[in-house]
Amino acid sequence: MISADIHTILPEILLAAYAMAALLAAVYGGKDRLAGALTWASAAVMALLAVMVASGGPGAASAFGGSFVVDAYGRFAKVAVLLAAALVLLMGQGPLERRGLLRFEYPVLVALSVVGMMVMVSAGDLMVLYMGLELQSLALYVVAAMNRNSERSTEAGLKYFVLGALSSGLLLYGASLAYGYAGTTLFSGILGAANDGHVGLGLLVGLAFIIAGLTFKVSAVPFHMWTPDVYEGAPTPVTAFFATAPKLAAMGLLGRVLFDAFGQAVGDWRQIIALLSLLSMFLGAVAAIGQTNIKRLMAYSSIAHMGYALMGLAAGSEQGVQAMLIYMAIYLTMNIGSFAFIMAMERDGKPVTDIASLGLYGKAEPLKAYALLALMFSLAGVPPFMGFFAKFAVLKVAMLSGLAWLALAGVIASVIGAFYYLRIVYIMFFGEEGEGLETPMGPVAWLALVGSAAVMLLGVVNMFGVEGAAAAAAQALLR
Amino acid sequence: MVGLEHYLSLAAGLFVIGIFGLFLNRKNVIILLMSVELMLLSVNINLIAFSRFLGDSVGQVFTLFVLTVAAAEASIGLAILVSFFRNRGSIDVEDVNVMKG
Repeated sequence: MISADIHTILPEILLAAYAMAALLAAVYGGKDRLAGALTWASAAVMALLAVMVASGGPGAASAFGGSFVVDAYGRFAKVAVLLAAALVLLMGQGPLERRGLLRFEYPVLVALSVVGMMVMVSAGDLMVLYMGLELQSLALYVVAAMNRNSERSTEAGLKYFVLGALSSGLLLYGASLAYGYAGTTLFSGILGAANDGHVGLGLLVGLAFIIAGLTFKVSAVPFHMWTPDVYEGAPTPVTAFFATAPKLAAMGLLGRVLFDAFGQAVGDWRQIIALLSLLSMFLGAVAAIGQTNIKRLMAYSSIAHMGYALMGLAAGSEQGVQAMLIYMAIYLTMNIGSFAFIMAMERDGKPVTDIASLGLYGKAEPLKAYALLALMFSLAGVPPFMGFFAKFAVLKVAMLSGLAWLALAGVIASVIGAFYYLRIVYIMFFGEEGEGLETPMGPVAWLALVGSAAVMLLGVVNMFGVEGAAAAAAQALLR
Repeated sequence: MVGLEHYLSLAAGLFVIGIFGLFLNRKNVIILLMSVELMLLSVNINLIAFSRFLGDSVGQVFTLFVLTVAAAEASIGLAILVSFFRNRGSIDVEDVNVMKG
């Protein structure tokens, strides 16, 4: 029995063991001199585990009495998280090295937070959910404050920590109520506590608290206030990490809780999710307009994108989950490409983040500028780029599931939001000459930028099989 | 006779005090950490009370996990606070304001 359980969670165990071994090796054998090697080793381990998880066969398995579930849904999220984290680690190596921030703790902490994310998307029990979420969050608080000598970075870490601890508290309070009123912490047990499509009042209050806690982690309105500050304050390669893997993991966990534990009470939660989605889309679109710092702009952009992804969940159907997963996969690709560019931006060896410095960049480096153009168009949702198909997928399921008002609001918000993405393109090609901008990139970052821009165009053909994988994942979640 | 509802009310009261401590406190960051701790411990009261009244030991196991995580969280919070203090020379909540928002 126990050996079957361990076999089921082998990828998580391997990554956790790797992280601890790497920590020991670095502490006893050379500290920061090993940082570059550890970055590559961590990325390689994550890529190998992604292959291992992806080739795990189509079936579903559960371990430890159903508290840990491995199914197509979990596998989809894990592969995306592992690949995104590996790529962001490699992209960030150059910029971190130039700023003297390449410390050996960074790849180790990223690996640990990825273990947390993998546990989150496989959670089948409130305890497992909480432990995975905390493992992820505690590692992220530390990497946000990684630049110990910078006021902004430590302030970002402090704000993230305090608000993150608040959200964990809310989630935990909800979990305690769910436990009390369902009599069990297993999702399958909570699922059975609902009758005629509704849950009792105690369980409903617990659900509301759990949603509030998870909303913070996906940075949806009204729990978004940490996002711009943490994005701005953290070193840019760390911001790139925040914008990618943890978002998908938190969204995956939200889907897991809503469907696995509260799947019999869809009517109770879909209106909450629809409202969160509406608020996020509009706040993200409107608040980004006045931003002059590209990292803050990307923060509001990610708030808006989370709104669209939540729209898929609000549909409360299999197609909805599929649309959410496709949206998140495309969002991940777009953000990896955009941040490969943003983390390379510098002048005289110092990082710059103001949008005005992009002035006439298109003349200096046409290839990179056109790649960024494709990504910005895609983020805005302009056809024929992939971002359009992502938005189209969620808008379609919202229409089909009787949320026409939400779909209409989504279209309006995306028109407002298009303004600031197009403004970046305008400044790059027709704006005023900036003070000069250098964007030195290593081969990995260059490949991430140009590659993701190419994916935005070429993916239109068959989405590289993501659509089929997402369909299988959604089917597994709503079995 | 002390019933389940008394424990739940106590826990809810402590939880709300914790939340208000986070939002109303304008003095220093240590008090924020204390408020967070108060929230987590009030949840523990909830879990133990449910565990006792349901006759189910899972809640007590959950409590042990929460205690462990709370300790890790406090140590990480204090570590971040120390590096913040080194840069800023203050731990007043009003001074956590280099970035707007």
